[in-house]
Amino acid sequence: MTTYLFYFLSFLAIMFALMVVLSKNPIHSVLYLVLTFFAIAGHYVLLNAQFLAAVHIIVYAGAIMVLFLFVIMLLNLNKETEPHKSLWLKGMAAVASGSLLVVLVGSLKNAGQMQAAAPYNGSIGLIENLGQTLFHEFLLPFEVASILLLGAMVGAVMLGKKSIK
Amino acid sequence: MQISINWYLLLSAVLFTIGVLGVLFRRNAIIIFMSIELMLNAVNLLLVAFSSYLSDSKGQVFVFFIMAVAAAEVAVGLAILMSVYRNSKSTDINSLNKLKG
Amino acid sequence: MIKLVGLVPLLPLVGFLIIGFFGKKLSKGLAGVIGSAAVFAAFAVAVGIFFELNGQADKSVTVPLFSWITAGKLSVPFSFLIDPLSSLFLLIITGIGFLIHVYSTAYMHDDEGFSRFFAYLNLFIFFMLLLVLGSNYLIMFVGWEGVGLCSYLLIGFWFKNTAYNNAAKKAFIMNRIGDLGFLLGIILIFVTFGSISYHEVFEQAKSYATGTPVLTAIALLLFVGAMGKSAQLPLYTWLPDAMAGPTPVSALIHAATMVTAGIYMIARSNILYTLSPDAMSVVAIIGVCTALFAATIGLAQNDIKKVLAYSTVSQLGYMFLALGVGAYTGAVFHVMTHAFFKALLFLGAGSVIHAMSGEQDIRKMGGLKKYIPITQMTFLIGTLAISGFPGFSGFFSKDEILAHAYEHNKVLWFVGILTAGMTTFYMFRLYFLTFKGTFRGTHEQEHHLHESPKAMTIPLIILAVLSLLGGLIGIPEVLGGRHFLEEFLKPVFEDSSFRLVHHLSHNTEYILMAVAVAVMAGSIWYAYKTYVTDKTVPAESEEELNPLHKLVYRKYMVDELYESIITKPLNFIGEGLHKVVDNQIVDGVVNGCGYVVNGVSGVIRKAQTGNIGFYVFVMVISIVLILFTQLF
Repeated sequence: MTTYLFYFLSFLAIMFALMVVLSKNPIHSVLYLVLTFFAIAGHYVLLNAQFLAAVHIIVYAGAIMVLFLFVIMLLNLNKETEPHKSLWLKGMAAVASGSLLVVLVGSLKNAGQMQAAAPYNGSIGLIENLGQTLFHEFLLPFEVASILLLGAMVGAVMLGKKSIK
Repeated sequence: MQISINWYLLLSAVLFTIGVLGVLFRRNAIIIFMSIELMLNAVNLLLVAFSSYLSDSKGQVFVFFIMAVAAAEVAVGLAILMSVYRNSKSTDINSLNKLKG
Repeated sequence: MIKLVGLVPLLPLVGFLIIGFFGKKLSKGLAGVIGSAAVFAAFAVAVGIFFELNGQADKSVTVPLFSWITAGKLSVPFSFLIDPLSSLFLLIITGIGFLIHVYSTAYMHDDEGFSRFFAYLNLFIFFMLLLVLGSNYLIMFVGWEGVGLCSYLLIGFWFKNTAYNNAAKKAFIMNRIGDLGFLLGIILIFVTFGSISYHEVFEQAKSYATGTPVLTAIALLLFVGAMGKSAQLPLYTWLPDAMAGPTPVSALIHAATMVTAGIYMIARSNILYTLSPDAMSVVAIIGVCTALFAATIGLAQNDIKKVLAYSTVSQLGYMFLALGVGAYTGAVFHVMTHAFFKALLFLGAGSVIHAMSGEQDIRKMGGLKKYIPITQMTFLIGTLAISGFPGFSGFFSKDEILAHAYEHNKVLWFVGILTAGMTTFYMFRLYFLTFKGTFRGTHEQEHHLHESPKAMTIPLIILAVLSLLGGLIGIPEVLGGRHFLEEFLKPVFEDSSFRLVHHLSHNTEYILMAVAVAVMAGSIWYAYKTYVTDKTVPAESEEELNPLHKLVYRKYMVDELYESIITKPLNFIGEGLHKVVDNQIVDGVVNGCGYVVNGVSGVIRKAQTGNIGFYVFVMVISIVLILFTQLF
């Protein structure tokens, strides 16, 4: 059952991701990206990371993608007349990313079948466990991340102002 | 846990490559941004997969941090994009060639 | 008082700093007072040290001040050595230095660089004291270089005159040649003995056999340094040119103190020389040659300061003769008396120049006796002292040197006595042409003639008294006196004196003295006859001179010789190197680097399209390549 679910979710994720890249209208791209994120969230649930799945939906699909939508609408970019690269360049892009895929997959083939190092524990994705790790081992990075977000906020406000005197 | 980790590796590689393809393929800066988000998510997925596979919650905590960084990056990046658009009335990266040597 | 020895050099240094930094704000009088007071205070401390040392049994006190250099085997403490030799030099330097400071307050009164002059003088005194007081060769070297620097600064004191600047540069460069020898000597001492402290070096040197080659090498290298600083053949030509500086400088630096640094250094290292007879012979021969050579040049000079300058070179040669024949006490004795009478003569000459409104040519003088009587009197005393008139200080010191020279080698004695005769002749020639006869200058100058102010005449009188009586501390045994100086300096030269036995019968000594006095009297008579009775005045132009006289007048063309065999080839080589190596090879390499970088970047620049898509594309390709090489 889970195996089929995995194949299904993987298929959705890859397809929607391709649609993001290939669709002509930016708005469509954003919506396909949201769908991709949902598929990935499904993978998280499959991996027993329920809390992370929820956060993922809230942050990515809820916050970041809405931001994208806002910007696109603000800039009035919902046209299909966006300039495109020449065919030759598109071909080169496909060749480059294709060769990257080949190299990555090739290296995975070399890796062989991996075995689990520890007995499977289904409870690590629970909030309790994550909180323990986050506020014990990663307390300092957590605080630093808050400073990063503050800095990013200040920067965004400064850059977004109409004119800087 | 029935699904082998190798499948997840493969899925992440494919998603990542699609992100790279997006960056190379498109000229619209906003789409390029989205492709970058896609790459980040490919990495996130792999982190979670390994976290489950090794029964170690650190991997998932890392995903939180990546989300924080991504959020910050998007906020600043989109703000820069806004001001670029104000100046050149376009989000085409080909118009950003002032660094010519 | 000995514990306070650090004050002796410190006081002039403080004086230098005050005058040097605040010179512009100080009034002239205050700058002069500070400069003189600093040296006088140093003199007072030096007197205290002298008497304390005289009263105590321990004649060699090392006063450590602070640790200076410690590197590997080399450890150089900054410490001062007080012994009879250094305390005597302290008295000479600070005492005469003080008198010359006082003299300068009047002599330099109208000069715009007044405070700068006093700053330099104080700095000079500081370095000279450091040279004399140091307890190892390195401190001596620091002082040695320092006085060289001050000498340079003071020769070129009137830096607006190119000729004076050239004289300063000449002095500096010639000294540098000697300094190189000195430095090599110090290095060789360190390599040989593993230390550069006097005490340890001399203790170890005693165990070496006489004539050990390494000792000879050290002694000769040190002597090269002395040659430069004390103006011996062949490095003497800077000293006559050094007369470009103000007259008090000539008196203090280029007659009384700095130029005797070479004598001090050899007297300090006496044991090294005693153990290497070859080096001593070299010293004696160079000394006596210099004495004779410079004396002959002195015979034909017409510039009052040039005559005295060559006389100084000649007298320094005398001192080296003394050192070379092992008469260390005699050399130091002559340093002292020479300091008195040569300072007196230079200051007297300064007074004459002052009265003559800057005229230095003795052909334009004459008959000054009735205008400047005090200067004339003191100058006469100085002339008699340098000639060795019985009873004057020069008589005793010269006699001691000649006696030792006679005992050592008759030829040295003969050249010495010949030089003494010439010295007497040219000094009296100078005296007669300046003070006797009738005035030969312009009316304006005659109208202006006046005696110098008290600040100038009082130092003259004090120095005249010292020149007159200074010899009394070294009356030889044969004249029924006690040689105080020899007893005083005994601890310093102890290790050398028992190796160099002194034996001359009293009769021989009497005869030697009689010969010396006879030669002197003959010279005075001849000078009197030529310049007073016959009223001869040196020819105005060179053409009237006979060839030999012309050669001497031109100083044997030594400067021209150096010019053509050293300076010109060096200039030629330098020119060639500049044209070929510098302009073509070095510049070629430098410019070539520029061209290559420019050309390559001109090509690479094309890749910098500014197209972000292209950059990302290249980045991805590169990542693929890197992963490919890393993963497979």
